[in-house]
Amino acid sequence: MKVLVPIKQVIDANVRPRVKADGTGVDLANVKLSINPFCEIAVEEAIRLKEKGKASEIVVVSIGPAKAQEIIRSAYALGADRGLFVETEERVEPLAVAKVLQAIIAAEQPGLVILGKQAIDDDSNQTGQMLAGLLGWPQATFASKLEVDGDRATVTREVDGGLETLALTLPAIVTTDLRLNNPRYPTLPNIMKAKKKAIDVKKPEDFGIDITPRLKVLKVSEPPARKPGIKVASAEELVKDLKAAGVL
Amino acid sequence: MPDYHAPVDDMVYLLEEIFKADGVFAELPPYSEVNVDLARTVLEEAGRLCSNVLRPINLSGDIEGCRLENGVVTLPKGFKEAYKAFVEGGWPALSLEPEYGGQGLPRTIQILVDEMLSGSNLSFGLVAGLTRGAVETIEAHAPADIKSKYLPKMIEGTWSGAMALTEAQAGSDLGLLKTSAKPRGDGSYTISGSKIFISSGDQDLTENVIHLVLARLPDAPPGSRGISLFLSPKFLVNEDGTLGARNNVNVGSLEHKMGIHGHATCVMNYDDAQGWLIGEPNRGLNAMFTMMNAERLFVGVQGLGLGEASYQTASAYAKERKQGRVPGGKETCTIIEHPDVRKMLLTMLSFIEAARALTVFTALEMDKEKTHPDAEVRKTATGLIALLTPVIKAAFTDFGFETTVLGQQVLGGHGYIREWGQEQFVRDARIAMIYEGTNGIQAQDLVLRKLTLDAGAPVGTFFAFISETLAQAAGQPATAAIAQRLKTAFEQLQATTKKLQAGDFANATDQNGAANDYLRFFALVTFGWLWLRMALTTIAKGEAANSRDKRKLALAEFFTSRILPQTASLAEQIEAGSKPLMALESDAF
Repeated sequence: MKVLVPIKQVIDANVRPRVKADGTGVDLANVKLSINPFCEIAVEEAIRLKEKGKASEIVVVSIGPAKAQEIIRSAYALGADRGLFVETEERVEPLAVAKVLQAIIAAEQPGLVILGKQAIDDDSNQTGQMLAGLLGWPQATFASKLEVDGDRATVTREVDGGLETLALTLPAIVTTDLRLNNPRYPTLPNIMKAKKKAIDVKKPEDFGIDITPRLKVLKVSEPPARKPGIKVASAEELVKDLKAAGVL
Repeated sequence: MPDYHAPVDDMVYLLEEIFKADGVFAELPPYSEVNVDLARTVLEEAGRLCSNVLRPINLSGDIEGCRLENGVVTLPKGFKEAYKAFVEGGWPALSLEPEYGGQGLPRTIQILVDEMLSGSNLSFGLVAGLTRGAVETIEAHAPADIKSKYLPKMIEGTWSGAMALTEAQAGSDLGLLKTSAKPRGDGSYTISGSKIFISSGDQDLTENVIHLVLARLPDAPPGSRGISLFLSPKFLVNEDGTLGARNNVNVGSLEHKMGIHGHATCVMNYDDAQGWLIGEPNRGLNAMFTMMNAERLFVGVQGLGLGEASYQTASAYAKERKQGRVPGGKETCTIIEHPDVRKMLLTMLSFIEAARALTVFTALEMDKEKTHPDAEVRKTATGLIALLTPVIKAAFTDFGFETTVLGQQVLGGHGYIREWGQEQFVRDARIAMIYEGTNGIQAQDLVLRKLTLDAGAPVGTFFAFISETLAQAAGQPATAAIAQRLKTAFEQLQATTKKLQAGDFANATDQNGAANDYLRFFALVTFGWLWLRMALTTIAKGEAANSRDKRKLALAEFFTSRILPQTASLAEQIEAGSKPLMALESDAF
């Protein structure tokens, strides 16, 4: 079974994001970019399936600006077999990504698609669901455990107050939660091999898909600075103030 | 416990912008496919391992220490698992020969990874460093059958290495050592003797420990010309490569020491242990010395790495800790607003970043020495490495230690408290000034040997680099003051150097007495040179200079105005000669 893992490059989780001066977005110049942590978990899960003999080939896909190709190499270093990169300088929205993935899936025919549940930059949490909708495939989101047996997958999800277990018929879409696994560190030999491995680069037009954004970003701003607190003299005063503020 | 962030950006800046490493690697056939992009990826991944796996067990390892029970050494909790991750990642093989399973990457990348290992967890990093030293020695001097028997397992990290030199009566002067080796008649030898201070003499991380032991053959001449090198494993190795019987290589005790508590420093007893000769009889010290430059560069980098680690905690603390007010201010301020605290942080930083630059410069020369097709280039590289090795070993560990003390001072009382980690860096940094040839010995090496090596050719080549950078700075108003300060110190250094090479102080007593001050003098001017290079790079970028470039320029300004003038005092001290040192009778001490 072939496993397809769509991955995204995002601002590194340890970097403190800064908003561009003109308010059009987050400043990404000279900022460390990495593979989205949930996507890394997805790659790891695919590798584990391959190690268990459940998957035969791992294909990673990414869409983004030219320099985002680096994360295909990161996935190679972890153990992905083949990489496909769709290059565009345009801002891509989840629906556009899902459509491109749909086209790739039509050509690749994977038995399972594992995605991160969301990317930590825009936190959209939509691509996996939209992709399942477009394909008409079953989906299991926020997986904390995944088991594959023949043409069936069993997914455990963490829900409020307990665990939910879903059974899916493959092909299916699974999106990863944080506790699904702990991604490995790439080995030095694999890092070196990854540098030499080819990446298949395409353009959105190759799939005949219009990725023009449907949403317009009006403004991006830093959260307002916290206002200083005040000291009250007595409990009575506190109650009075809280009532005045309409919270009591 | 504070985090460790691998300074990959600064490393890449040096490779890319200051030393144009892509161009250097392109000229070196074995590294033609290596470039800064690959280096960055390797450094980032090594850095992640250091931050996430090695740093978390640094403080706990220091507190727990190593144990010796019934002859078995146990390292602190977590070291075994961390070592497993290190080996599985293929990191021990980084710069070693592909012929025996190494990855064959340049020394330059290796030494930057060594900085991270030292900064995140020196006790751990030493295990890998010592194994590498042993591997390189075996590679250079052992016969083919020994190489193929031992190297693959050592390079993959399944077996470790240890270097057994020091004995109770033979430290800096190895000519005094007594351990003996007698031929068994089957090509192997029986080794008997006791060694002290043996780093990584044993541990529970690897299946086998391969000792390289200095010992005397029965007919050996006295002194350092009668020392041979032997390989003696903890477990004998069968012909098929599997482990055989236990060899009589035993840990007598663990040394109780000031720092690197997570590292097993052993008293080793070789009780009629079986060993094999490595290299020529009576040429053991020469065999050891071929690895010495690399080992000493590694030890120097330990001072740098610990200085960086201490700086990371100190700068973060200074930006958060609120105490006192700025002059004339009403509000309590963070201590980074205080000029004196800034001076401490800047002193740390201006050492760290210049030292890292010198590390990259020297490591690139080592890669050239090993692989450059042009013999002239290799020869120049050999001279520069010989000259700079004692400077790096001694100055990096002296300044590195001072840096950790400053980093401790920034934290005030908390710097003295264990949980902040700053006092551990001070203790761990202290040993690097002592082992692998004390810093006093390094200074002697610089002044008595290296200044006059090849009739002074290496020092001439090196000084020509400084003159060249000064010439580039001519007519640059933005760096004029920086260049002028360097020029003043450099002229003084040249004058003092002449006196030590062939002038008033060219006698063993004056040279010996001046050596330590001279080495510091030399290092400060070298750092000044590198700061000018970095400042010129910033200026050349003009409007395109980013925040790091501007920071470099500010640090160059700080270093040359607030640190470099110390050279004037060192010049004057040396000028006083050795007379004040020798005036008092030995009995009067």
